[in-house]
Amino acid sequence: MADPSALSPLAGRSPSSRADGAAGALPPGVGQGGVVMAERALVGKLVLRGDADDAGFRDAVRGALGFDLPLAANTASGAESTTALWLGPNEWLVATAPGAETAAAVSLKVALSGRHASVTDVSDSRTVIRLSGANARDVLAKGCPIDLHPRVFGPGRVAQSLVARAGVILHQVDESPTFDLYVVASFAGYLWDWLVDAAAEFGVAAGR
Amino acid sequence: MSEQSHRLDAAAAPGRIDRGHPLRFVFNGRGYEGFAGDTLASALIANGVHLVGRSFKYHRPRGIVGSGSEEPNALVQLRTGERTEPNVRATQAELFDGLIASSQNCWPSVGFDLGAINDMASRILPAGFYYKTFMWPPSAWMFYEGLIRRAAGLGRAPDDPDPDRYEKRFAHCDVLVVGAGPAGLAAALAAARAGARVVLCDEQAEMGGQLLAHPRGVGAVIDGRPALDWASAALGELASNKDVTLLPRTTCFGYYDHNALALAERVADHVAKPRQFQPRQRLWKLRARRVVLATGAIERPLVFRDNDRPGIMLAGSAAAYGMRYGAAVGRRVLVFTNNDSAYRAALALFDAGVGIAGIVDLRPAASGKPVEDARARGIEVLAGWALTATDGPSKVRAALAMQLDEAGAGVQGPIRRIECDAIAMSGGWNPAVHLYSQARGKLRYDGAQGIFLPGRTEQALAVAGSCNGAWSLGACLAEGAAAGAAAAEAAGFTAASAPAPAAAEENDSPARLLWVVPSDRPLGEGGKHFVDFQNDVTAADIGLAVREGYKSVEHLKRYTTSGMGTDQGKLGNVHALGILAEVTAAEPGAVGTTTFRPPYTPVGFGTLAGRDVGALADPVRTTAMHGWHVAAGAVFEDVGQWKRPHYYPRPGESLHDAVNREVKAARTGVGILDASTLGKIDIQGPDAAEFLNRIYTNAWTKLEIGRARYGFMCREDGMVFDDGVTTRLAAGHFHMTTTTGGAARVLSWLEEWAQTEWPELRVYMTSVTEQWAVAAIAGPHARALLAKVGTGIDLDAKAFPFMAMREGNVAGIPARVFRISFTGELSYEINVPARYGMALWQALMAAGAEFGITPYGTEAMHVLRAEKGFVIVGQDTDGTVTPIDLGMDWIVSKAKDFIGKRSLSRADTARGDRKQLVGLLTDDPRVVLPEGGQIVAELKPEPPMAMLGHVTSSYFSANLDRSIALALVRNGRQRIGAALHVPLADRNIRVKVVEPKFIDPEGRRQDG
Amino acid sequence: MLLIDCPWCGPRDENEFQYGGEAHIARPKDPALLSDAQWADYLFMRGNPKGRHRERWMHRSGCRRWFNVERDTVSHAITAVYRMGEAPPATAKPAATGDATSAEPRSSGDPGQWPAGGAE
Ligand SMILES: [Zn+2]
Repeated sequence: MADPSALSPLAGRSPSSRADGAAGALPPGVGQGGVVMAERALVGKLVLRGDADDAGFRDAVRGALGFDLPLAANTASGAESTTALWLGPNEWLVATAPGAETAAAVSLKVALSGRHASVTDVSDSRTVIRLSGANARDVLAKGCPIDLHPRVFGPGRVAQSLVARAGVILHQVDESPTFDLYVVASFAGYLWDWLVDAAAEFGVAAGR
Repeated sequence: MSEQSHRLDAAAAPGRIDRGHPLRFVFNGRGYEGFAGDTLASALIANGVHLVGRSFKYHRPRGIVGSGSEEPNALVQLRTGERTEPNVRATQAELFDGLIASSQNCWPSVGFDLGAINDMASRILPAGFYYKTFMWPPSAWMFYEGLIRRAAGLGRAPDDPDPDRYEKRFAHCDVLVVGAGPAGLAAALAAARAGARVVLCDEQAEMGGQLLAHPRGVGAVIDGRPALDWASAALGELASNKDVTLLPRTTCFGYYDHNALALAERVADHVAKPRQFQPRQRLWKLRARRVVLATGAIERPLVFRDNDRPGIMLAGSAAAYGMRYGAAVGRRVLVFTNNDSAYRAALALFDAGVGIAGIVDLRPAASGKPVEDARARGIEVLAGWALTATDGPSKVRAALAMQLDEAGAGVQGPIRRIECDAIAMSGGWNPAVHLYSQARGKLRYDGAQGIFLPGRTEQALAVAGSCNGAWSLGACLAEGAAAGAAAAEAAGFTAASAPAPAAAEENDSPARLLWVVPSDRPLGEGGKHFVDFQNDVTAADIGLAVREGYKSVEHLKRYTTSGMGTDQGKLGNVHALGILAEVTAAEPGAVGTTTFRPPYTPVGFGTLAGRDVGALADPVRTTAMHGWHVAAGAVFEDVGQWKRPHYYPRPGESLHDAVNREVKAARTGVGILDASTLGKIDIQGPDAAEFLNRIYTNAWTKLEIGRARYGFMCREDGMVFDDGVTTRLAAGHFHMTTTTGGAARVLSWLEEWAQTEWPELRVYMTSVTEQWAVAAIAGPHARALLAKVGTGIDLDAKAFPFMAMREGNVAGIPARVFRISFTGELSYEINVPARYGMALWQALMAAGAEFGITPYGTEAMHVLRAEKGFVIVGQDTDGTVTPIDLGMDWIVSKAKDFIGKRSLSRADTARGDRKQLVGLLTDDPRVVLPEGGQIVAELKPEPPMAMLGHVTSSYFSANLDRSIALALVRNGRQRIGAALHVPLADRNIRVKVVEPKFIDPEGRRQDG
Repeated sequence: MLLIDCPWCGPRDENEFQYGGEAHIARPKDPALLSDAQWADYLFMRGNPKGRHRERWMHRSGCRRWFNVERDTVSHAITAVYRMGEAPPATAKPAATGDATSAEPRSSGDPGQWPAGGAE
């Protein structure tokens, strides 16, 4: 059950809201576009810290999550609706289905009790903007210094970087391509508006 | 329809224009017609128009000199209204239907210019004139500058906002090829065939470079077929390769470290108006693994007397106008050269139907195939002759020629007058080493050719073609193919060993270097030998500068302004160096060049700004409760990128009315503040307490679980860096708060120490700044309000004391409630997951109605804390203030080490008379001191006065019904009770020094 | 714009990083035992070499790890990147080395040739 009092950072935004405050939707012809945007609201997020070199830590996490943490830098792993993103040599972001973060946190804490590890709920710290469509890479290239060419970046790859002036965790979800952009809540409005404006020339539609 | 008087016959000179597609345009108020494919310059030439502007200093009439980005003279004001743009090179402005352009630097008109009196007065405008004349008295420079700028001026900026979009984008490639002439095309082909990701850019609208316009290129044969067919096949192959990006109309203008390059793409400059959402220009921020520079060469003029009349232009450009645009630069063109290339230009023009008045060659023994070809066509060649003067008021109509002496130092014999309507000059070709030099490539001087060539570089780049001193088509193709293949190999690809595209090798006879062509009068008399056309710098100016001691090339540039125009001396720089070398009897190679800096050609501010304008200029950060503040009519304050409510005015209220009401409510009823922006860091690990011990000045090991403590962090120099309250959630688990502005900085600071200095400490930090939305409620009714919304927490003062944290459900929302106070009142900071921030706020506002709950903003928060003497790091401190200076010795542990501790006992830091925090009360309680006001002990009638410190915080306190201030004052603690002064521009304010605590110094109110 | 090879994330643009000054300056174990001059040496004195310089960088917009870079201050060529705690590479000796507890103030180093003056 969705809690009506719980609001995500981008609640109420749509691709037709223009960054410059211009009234109304994007002009006709725009909206069938090369870019599809949606907020994945209230996705559960945990920051997990621990020693990747410690097999006991890795085993405990596998036991709690049901899959191995990604150990290669800037990659993701996961099963079903839970994904773990590599953020640093001892740091991961565990993304869960909305509402599933509490149970995931509990099982991780139980599994890791007695070890030097930390689990911090940051579900509300960031939100996720899902960007897809044929021109998704063109839009990101306008603000992201990372090379997203299929030769060097692909599904399962993660990068922490900048898109315009917002820090993001970028996760390529599939080949279509679909990207999840994890952005700090207070920057989400700026980034959303920036993306809509950047995508305007390709046409931008609301996704889900 | 006006007639294109100088358009050549389509059969003889087809060019790259579309004669079936006429375009109308207006220049200086007169209508003309050109063709699709024309530039503004070529269309003007096709209409017989050469006079395009007035020179910068002397306002001499000037014509089109070049045919590309090197153009110094033909700078026009393009378009009108909001899209108007100054300093556009007519040689690069593509013609579109309805184009409107006008000359610059002329008033009232280009034909009759009042400023031309400067030319007659040129004896009083020598080199360094501005420095010499307008620097006295010093205060008058501002006045002079205004006059000079109006008289000189280079176009005008639009008055209205730019209506167009500008884009920026990042790009990555294995091989970037700059320049799509024969060498660049061959390089791109070789690299692309190896499988590399290739970007090929060229500043022109059509790729092909000199194959489109140069006598060596047009009509040449590559791999057995016409050169243009080869080029179009090459471009077709590249365009069909998905890993190749072709960027015509794109200038690579900056070459930075580690192969970072900046490119300006003119996406829609060639149309009247961009399509919807189409950018006018696009900035490419490109990172290339390897770079091939195939930037070609730029022709040099000859420095002879009165070489600046309209109609005098570069020979290669004259040929380009004929061959590429089918436009004749004249009907009787006189060629003046020191090398073979101008012969080819003459032959091309002749074959296209342009009359050639003759070829004047500085070389006494002109020989070789081009010379023979010219003579075979009946063109007169004057070998060992020089042009000594030109004639014609607004366009050249004749030139005078004399025979050179053997040394080339003087002229002799009879004067011969040659009637002509254009002069095509060539002083040789300079490799376009600008980007190479920007890339910190070292140049080497080739004395035989008188040119600077690429030498050595540490960047991952190669140079190919005429940019590298390869002059024949065959050599350009071979160098390009080799460089492209090598670049791909260096980027990890395997290049097939295919033969390079082949074309004939053709070697020229050597040129004759004469930096200044002599005339029958001493240099500087009877006419001017221009070196830099745009800045009106003459050969005589350079001599004068040297005589006055400006012998370094960098000094010479600044003193004479040679090479400082929008063209950055693309034509004249090497001449200036050559003349400098000659005058100082040095080698040009030893004189060196001035530093080449980005941009290669001017770049508009719009291009650099991109879409970072208007609402997207900078991120606007808002909290979960922002919508409520907006609806409540809050006035916002920028705190970094955050928008925080500054105050909440009711109808008719001023800032002060609102703040006075808000601060009273917080002390008499209950106020509520959105404190979400405070930095928050989750700290976990067995060594977390020890870590805090080292970071904070006070001790943390014994803090009980559920209790909070205020702490200062210092830098290693002992100066206060940040402050905040940190709470122990569990034995190895803390919740730290930081200042709003310090959130990122503090986390970075903690990580730095944990990672670099104390990796043995088991501690993890995670930012939770935005996980929690925070409502701070303060005032005597705060506890009652909490009780009313419901918390599940025992709120009794003993059960939930000051500086404690309890978890509960506030208004049904899971919350951490901290009993801490930045106002001195009974206060709770309620933290809930940010998604519930709005719900919490609304619940508190609804329940608080009966207590008169009053939202207060940052201004009231500042007043409330100042009443208590609580400092704000960054306002009451400035990086030079220790905790002891703030009178907070109690927070500095004597027992343990911490960052900065040792510095507190350094001689200077331990001085007793440092600036210390005190309170100030004005004699007149209505007077509010200005923040930043300087404080003195002794008033003098005027400065200087010995300054003791300054006011750091100053407010009117409605609760005290008087003004209050905090200040840093030298030896301030010893001055408590004394009177000091704050002298202002119009009055002096007397103040009394007091303890920096104005309300409730015993701290009784915080228990409610 | 440097291209810095983060030991974890690989090559990234300079603007993703934060500069951290000269590397290998260890904090004295017991600052209280140092004279003012010794402490000032640790606190303020840094090499400013023309040539190879070992320095700390942090991948601020990326993995937030601190690491060391050996960079030529003239050419900006990066000759080595290594993690915290790892030994510096055995390449040519850098122009200045840190010695935090030395009682002798280090030379401030050769300030190097000042770049040619600003444009225009
Ligand atoms: Zn990294």
